[in-house]
Amino acid sequence: MPAVDVRLLEVVKRFGDMVAVDRLTLDIQDGEFFSLLGPSGCGKTTTLRMIGGFEEPTSGLIELQGEDVTWLPPFKRNVNTVFQNYALFPHLTIYDNVAFGLRRKGVKDAEVKRRVTEMLELVELPGFERRKPTQISGGQAQRVALARALINRPAVLLLDEPLGALDLKLRKQMQVELKRIQQEVGITFIYVTHDQEEAMTMSDRIAVMNQGHIEQLGDPESLYERPSTRFVAGFLGISNLLPGAVEGTDGSYATVRMADTSSVRAPSALVGSHADVSIGVRPEKIRLREPADRTPDGHNQITGVVRDASYLGVSTQYVVEARGGARLTVYEQNVERTTRAELWAPGEEVLLTWSPDHSFVVVDQPTPAVDGSTPA
Amino acid sequence: MSATPEVAPGLAVTARRTAGRGGGVLRAFERWGVPLFTAAAIFYLLIPILVMIAFSFNDPPGRFNFVWGEFSLAAWGNPFGRPRLGDALATSLVVAFISTVVATALGTLIALSLTRYQFRGRSATNLFVFIPMATPEIVLGASLLTMFVGTATEPWRTLTGGALFPLGTQTILIAHIMFNISYVVVTVRARMQGFPRHLEEAAMDLGANGWTTFWKVTFPLILPGILAAGLLAFSLSIDDFIITQFTSGTEQTFPVWVWASIRNNLPPQIHVIGTMVFVVAVGLVALNTILTGRREARDRRIAQEEAAGARKARLAVPE
Repeated sequence: MPAVDVRLLEVVKRFGDMVAVDRLTLDIQDGEFFSLLGPSGCGKTTTLRMIGGFEEPTSGLIELQGEDVTWLPPFKRNVNTVFQNYALFPHLTIYDNVAFGLRRKGVKDAEVKRRVTEMLELVELPGFERRKPTQISGGQAQRVALARALINRPAVLLLDEPLGALDLKLRKQMQVELKRIQQEVGITFIYVTHDQEEAMTMSDRIAVMNQGHIEQLGDPESLYERPSTRFVAGFLGISNLLPGAVEGTDGSYATVRMADTSSVRAPSALVGSHADVSIGVRPEKIRLREPADRTPDGHNQITGVVRDASYLGVSTQYVVEARGGARLTVYEQNVERTTRAELWAPGEEVLLTWSPDHSFVVVDQPTPAVDGSTPA
Repeated sequence: MSATPEVAPGLAVTARRTAGRGGGVLRAFERWGVPLFTAAAIFYLLIPILVMIAFSFNDPPGRFNFVWGEFSLAAWGNPFGRPRLGDALATSLVVAFISTVVATALGTLIALSLTRYQFRGRSATNLFVFIPMATPEIVLGASLLTMFVGTATEPWRTLTGGALFPLGTQTILIAHIMFNISYVVVTVRARMQGFPRHLEEAAMDLGANGWTTFWKVTFPLILPGILAAGLLAFSLSIDDFIITQFTSGTEQTFPVWVWASIRNNLPPQIHVIGTMVFVVAVGLVALNTILTGRREARDRRIAQEEAAGARKARLAVPE
């Protein structure tokens, strides 16, 4: 079992009256690529800055490899940071930037030279030593920032939206690159981002944050397939949520009655003992069929009318109005269709079916007054 | 129907001509007007200096170097050949140097704390720093004199150890440091306000404590601002007459010496020394321009070399 590298215990951070981080408890394993994902203002950057030592928590405990570092200044923590805007020292050459940390530790010049060269090779920037930060591109600056942090062999590398300033293509490239480097050096990465796709691409585990607390924590697949709150369902991809009342359990599935009196089934393990839930289903999990078609055994089915169809190339996106009035988004892959040869047209009646195993369950907040479910 | 095509091209031509003429006037102004105007402005600025330089080579017919007599190198051959002129210039330089160093150090620290820390009295300090600049110099000078003279009486005499009266170099220094601090604070603060704080966080993140962070990152980055502030302080101090006149007692700085001498005579030595100061100042600016240009050229060359090197390395790698 891997050791815990970073532990946050009941960490609270207040700025005046504003609670930025609210009783956050979190264990991050050694060697993990861990992401803090959430909209701006959710407390993810504040959390990262507290781990880095740039902010002091109002209360709570931060441990690094078993040692309490809550009140240690940044320069006494075995943690390094890749800043959002790179924060390269403009008056130093690339070499001196990367060597900065080693020199603070009093490493011998020959050793510094060897390690800087090695590190610039790792980030694929050999031969950039004598340049100044103003003479390299954004993507290159990003790599230098990474090299400058990693050369110190920290226990944990903190990354604060490091790809935010890059264009889409470069960002995709750097995502792959970052994951490669993380696997090569085997250091724990804590990655802050508001981009769900970025988090899903690279992370071993993701903590989805909202209003200072963790909404849900898990690996990308479980977060996407089985989001447990309305916020997570909405923040990671598109979800269709159908509110209903739990009627009973039949084996491993629970039956939920919708507003329009039709009923759908979902894994009973997800429903638990709740009475009022919303059944969720991802757009690509739904099949569209002719109303007269036979539904595969045990699948959920509801009827509706196509209201909108947009051809997107790889898939077609439909908006279907269910009988109860709920609007569902459905993606259909543009391949040889199993159910029908041509696209559905607005106004056509359709049957929506999906496997009950693809249903997820969202339990609405018991106190609707504090509604944190709308993504910013 | 047939008239329209005839009228239309005519209108178009007229329009084009007008536009052409307007453009031509503008172009001519850009081509000749702007450089002429600039030359005139520079000439206007340079006339007094040219007169000063010319009259440093004058052998005036009377005691006052106001009228052109004949060309002479006499004053240049003996630039300090007037009683106390050399001493006055030395005092000016010493006062300017010490007040610059002290005011730059103190002013930089004040500017740092004003931009860095929230503390009680911060906004008051921000305001007070402006007061010496906003107060008329003659008022400041008179007040300083009142204060220094006041220390001649008890209990201030004992408290100050009699150091502030009679007046002398030490009182000039105190006065110059006082007004120079304001200018340094304002100059350095302007530089600090745009200072990227995350660079300091990055330094600390990389293991530098507060002291090292300041000397390795903060200081090199605000150094141009500090140097600018220092230059400003030096020139303000060496130039100052009004406050110095009140606080100098029997001591003389160069401006005070000139003022004292002008009642009886105005020797060409004054023009010689003025020309020297001008040449040194221009020389420093030129040196700075050359060094900056060289450094930039070197950085560009390195970037090009490394880029070429990287290309070659890529080509050498077998596919």
